[in-house]
Amino acid sequence: MTVLSAVGAGVTYRSRNGAVEALAGVSLDVGEGEIVVALGASGCGKSTLLGLYAGFVRATSGQVMVDGVPIAGPGPDRAVVFQDDALMPWLSAEENVAFGLRLRGVPRPERLARARNLLRDVGLEGFAGHAIAEMSGGMRQRVGLARALAVQPRFLLMDEPLGALDELTRERMQVLLLQLWQGSGKGIFLITHSIEEALFLATELVLFSPRPGRIARRFRPDFSRRFLAGEPIRAIKGDPQFLAMREELALAILAGEEEGPIHG
Amino acid sequence: MDKAPRGHALSTVATLGVLLALWWGVTASGLVAPLFLPGPGAVAGRIVELVRDGFVGATLLQHAGASLARVGLAMLFACVTAIPVGMAMGLWPRFNAAFDPLIEFYRPVPPLAYLPLIVIWFGIGEVTKVILITMAIFAPLAIATASGVRRVDPDRIRAARSLGASRDQVIWLVIFPSALPDILTGLRIALGVGWSTLVAAELVAATRGLGFMVQSASQMLVTDVVVAGILVIAFIALAMELLLRWIERRFVGWSGTR
Repeated sequence: MTVLSAVGAGVTYRSRNGAVEALAGVSLDVGEGEIVVALGASGCGKSTLLGLYAGFVRATSGQVMVDGVPIAGPGPDRAVVFQDDALMPWLSAEENVAFGLRLRGVPRPERLARARNLLRDVGLEGFAGHAIAEMSGGMRQRVGLARALAVQPRFLLMDEPLGALDELTRERMQVLLLQLWQGSGKGIFLITHSIEEALFLATELVLFSPRPGRIARRFRPDFSRRFLAGEPIRAIKGDPQFLAMREELALAILAGEEEGPIHG
Repeated sequence: MDKAPRGHALSTVATLGVLLALWWGVTASGLVAPLFLPGPGAVAGRIVELVRDGFVGATLLQHAGASLARVGLAMLFACVTAIPVGMAMGLWPRFNAAFDPLIEFYRPVPPLAYLPLIVIWFGIGEVTKVILITMAIFAPLAIATASGVRRVDPDRIRAARSLGASRDQVIWLVIFPSALPDILTGLRIALGVGWSTLVAAELVAATRGLGFMVQSASQMLVTDVVVAGILVIAFIALAMELLLRWIERRFVGWSGTR
């Protein structure tokens, strides 16, 4: 069982106005086959934690490890999907997906064949040769997801990947994500602003509170497993239990914004 | 900008037509003496003569060829020096701190002001002209490259690193292509600067070249050659501009779409 873990991790930035504590004493594990979703207002340290997992940011206190080995920098075992796709617009869709394989020196015909398979998996069959500029936001996010999957990461780190999409596209992407995740054994760490999205996807849901960023509360929803077991998405999102948890989370976020850190 | 509607093209043609008619009117009516401004017909005839018989020892094509060779060579030197220097300036603040003051110091100085110094160092041959144009091109190209490198979306770099890119791979597969639109814009500006510097450089000590041709004609009061030379210089500049715009559309058409 592999695990991506933060133990008492803190990050303090030095700025012109002195030190800013972005993250304080956060302990959170992302296990194999789990979807850990971080929810919270802007500036509550969620993205900093993702940066720690990815290896973009260095912890100023505590530790961040993969299987107990401290993370030294970014690596393809922890692929990242960005909110603003971060694709290479001069490359076609398939070349973007194949980018990580190109870095490893996989020959062009082979890597493009694998890229086309992945594009089919994310529902973009027939778009392999398309330019990124010709694609909609939802299609670009699919390309970004396929690009991350191409390097066969053990963990997927997703920074508000669906934040810029319209509601229907967003729901379609949530379903796609669950289908790709099912049985893959991959651990996913996902950041979102949407309470509904967090509840629907998460196997573990952590609520962040701001200044300094810390985990205020933890939940263990099972709606994603229920969906994969065959329950229709509308029934789940309309389930009284789902709606009750949604309200509880909304209240908790509001309380956190008004009164500072919540302890739960 | 590149694809103006038909109505706009008509406006352009109309302006040119009016100017040409005006030119023809004031010269054919005898309002302006041919010594000051020869008519369009005389200039056109002169261009044919220049191509066939030449002027001051070389045909029009030889003059233009000499000029283009100087700019081409300078362009080549500037590309292999200014683009790497600009990349390094954009990538490493320390390198920028070392080079930026130097570039910003000489950039605003008109090339003709330091031409005498280059003449003292390198004589009045081809080397001097190529060095002068290279220097004029170097600054705008290096600055454009550096700013292009600094503007690269940091998420794009992070994405590549998380996919396993080494530092060199990030530079050549992410940063360089991301900065290419800015580099090409810099090249377009630099080429304009280089071309105007060239003609000026040829006014001093040359035996061939468009600037030399115009200068000689002016001293001999052969006004139709002067006008013909100016027109040819303008047309070549326009052709280079269009060529670079085509290259931009062809190779970095993706930029500006997002």
